[in-house]
Amino acid sequence: MLVQTSARASGRRPAQGAEPGLQQEVDLARVGVPVAERAGLAELAGSEMSLRRFLHGLPGVDQVGADARAAGLASRSIKAGAKLWAIDTAISMIDLTTLEGADTEGKVLSLCGKALHPDPADPSVPPVAAVCVYPDLVPVAKTALDGSRVKVASVATAFPSGRASLAVKLADVADAVNAGAEEVDMVIDRGAFLSGRYGRVLEEVRAVKEACGTGAQLKVILETGELATYDNVRRACWLAMLGGADFVKTSTGKVTPAATLPVALVMLEAVRDFADLCGCAVGVKVAGGIRAAKDAIRYLVLVNETAGDAWLEPSLFRIGASSLLNDLLMQRSKQRRGAYAAPQDFSVE
Amino acid sequence: MTGVAPTRFSYAPAPEARSILNLRPSYGLFIDGEFVDPLDGGHFKTISPSSEEVLAEVSDAGLADTDRAVAAARGAYERVWGPMPGRERAKYLFRVARLIQERSRELAVLESLDNGKPIRESRDVDVPLAAAHFFYYAGWADKLAYAGFGPEPRPLGVAGQIIPWNFPLLMAAWKLAPALATGNTCVLKPAETTPLSALLLAEILQQAELPPGVVNIVTGAGATGAALVAHPGVDKVAFTGSTEVGKLIQRTLAGTGKRLTLELGGKAANIVFEDAPLSQAVEGIVNGIFFNQGHVCCAGSRLLVQEPVAEGVVEALKRRLETLRLGDPLDKNTDIGAINSPQQLDKIRELSDSGEAEGAQRWSPRCSLPARGYWFPPTLFTGVVPAQRIAREEIFGPVLSVLTFRTPEEAVEKANNTTYGLSAGVWTEKGSRILHMASRLRAGVVWANTFNRFDPSSPFGGYRESGFGREGGRHGLAPYLGSPLDA
Repeated sequence: MLVQTSARASGRRPAQGAEPGLQQEVDLARVGVPVAERAGLAELAGSEMSLRRFLHGLPGVDQVGADARAAGLASRSIKAGAKLWAIDTAISMIDLTTLEGADTEGKVLSLCGKALHPDPADPSVPPVAAVCVYPDLVPVAKTALDGSRVKVASVATAFPSGRASLAVKLADVADAVNAGAEEVDMVIDRGAFLSGRYGRVLEEVRAVKEACGTGAQLKVILETGELATYDNVRRACWLAMLGGADFVKTSTGKVTPAATLPVALVMLEAVRDFADLCGCAVGVKVAGGIRAAKDAIRYLVLVNETAGDAWLEPSLFRIGASSLLNDLLMQRSKQRRGAYAAPQDFSVE
Repeated sequence: MTGVAPTRFSYAPAPEARSILNLRPSYGLFIDGEFVDPLDGGHFKTISPSSEEVLAEVSDAGLADTDRAVAAARGAYERVWGPMPGRERAKYLFRVARLIQERSRELAVLESLDNGKPIRESRDVDVPLAAAHFFYYAGWADKLAYAGFGPEPRPLGVAGQIIPWNFPLLMAAWKLAPALATGNTCVLKPAETTPLSALLLAEILQQAELPPGVVNIVTGAGATGAALVAHPGVDKVAFTGSTEVGKLIQRTLAGTGKRLTLELGGKAANIVFEDAPLSQAVEGIVNGIFFNQGHVCCAGSRLLVQEPVAEGVVEALKRRLETLRLGDPLDKNTDIGAINSPQQLDKIRELSDSGEAEGAQRWSPRCSLPARGYWFPPTLFTGVVPAQRIAREEIFGPVLSVLTFRTPEEAVEKANNTTYGLSAGVWTEKGSRILHMASRLRAGVVWANTFNRFDPSSPFGGYRESGFGREGGRHGLAPYLGSPLDA
């Protein structure tokens, strides 16, 4: 365990069932427990000072080392049966996303159709994890996906900039949740984070978590492209987890760079260390710029060798994407039939 | 793949194709630009340590063969290579570097077969670095007057070079590139268990049309090396290998006037402070000791970790070791390959058993070893104290000894408490502490927040029983140059 809190140092071991070092033993049933119960970490958030001390006491991230580790894992060679498994798993982890000003009911409907049956010619292809839209289009997606296991996710909190009052953000969340969103993707206040007002970021995450109620899972978008350093990414992860996040998510997709392998590595280490400390598993979502099946598989390798097998589930790992799905389908048919299909063999939404 | 506990995402075998290799059943000695049969020596077989399969038959050079090789080198030195302008020599070296790149897959596959190291390492480290050394020293060949060794530095003559089995091709490049750039000619003796990549390099030298005799390669065991070292026609000896043999060579050369550089063993301390970037430190520890199965003279075989974080680091290290994949060196996902020879395996076993007998706690990840070949699991010893053999002797295998410290002074004292002094690592986010430690550690190389990083422009070499002389960088030219006054 690389992170220690005063609770652990004083001998009060917060994690009952979790033997350190064995991520498989993480108590998945504790996903979503309120922050106050998360490992007695509540006292950390007691004051701006204690929060700051904790976040700056986390071990630093050496950028060169993190980049090298991510590049090393990216060179894994995934073939044959392992590749097929990875492709199907990646499909089942996709949050099929459309977040454009030009989105319409028609666009969302066609996306929902794709989500349910990614390849109409092949019923063995699993459905994706969720469809992700703006709050006003949640009712459309909700109706289209009714009765299926594909979830409806909605961005909220003045996505993508997050520059609005807390009241407006909470209203945005309430709107999405009332319309039936089962997952809410919020953005953190990067301005507050970068100016060192960690308490404010934490309060917002907590307030949004509360607004999500018991019906909706909370994904917290860190917008790592704006946080710039890996140290900041790690701290923002811990803030989000302390605030009650069910997922930490890299990016809005509106900022470059979006998801990168080293950033995902740092986030996966954070959720792993958090699980070590308190026994509850927080998920990771990578989003933005992931278009090729090869890239998706690299992320799965990263998950497998960092957080471990337990995270290779749609409940703990997601990929936010749109065009990625067709590349996965194309590689899937190549693996099965031995020849590439044409792009027009797959539907375009 | 046998090395890793099964998960749902089990990687299918991904072997690199062997078909690119065109191995001959038997190899002669490379003398005066041609492969020739040994005059009075016999043959021996070289095997693949991961499967015990015989790869090829190789010549065992005897005294007469060494004579021939040294004579060829002397002739080429006097007639061709010594008088040749530096800018012309550079052209040959650039050509060799490019050919190594062109034939990199072939070299990588051969290196993994003959040595047992994972293809990931031979492909991504050994071969590219070998090419980089030739490129780097090619650049120096016409600039020697400006290298800081006087206005007219002169080559020494014939260099006898003996290299180890842990990085066969890379060590050949480390030896040949600076010697050739400075105008010397070479007789190279590769290690007995890993002669093949040097012989493939000989083919590359032919392809580059390097003048005959400039590089000669004599294969054989210890006797061949001894004959080369003692040969009166050799002006300079460069040796990389064990401290024991290094001492023997130094004794042989005493009073002969021959120049000598030695790059010998090590027992490097990898020092992790409590304020280190711990996740990357764990990676660095793994890379420090399990890179090339720990067959690395500068391996970070002693982990010194500050007590407040010791428990956490060992826990994280164990979890990381569970993900190491041990098995077929040609599989692109293999992290840990085979031990190079049964003799080395015996030595690793013997020292590891002594660790247990002397009271340290031994741990290895769940890991089944292949039935054929020579294998040793990644191993961690905790509860190690400085008075145990595993804390003092070089194991040269995938075995890490974990010790703890309380203060920077104690770390320095423990790190320097060794007869060796080749390398050290320091992990801390505090820049001033890195500089403080680096100035006090008696090691030729000190890595900060990284480990086992090599670059042709960076000098490498040791203190005390780790040897003397530097290879790489501008410093690496010095052992091959003399001043006009020497002549």
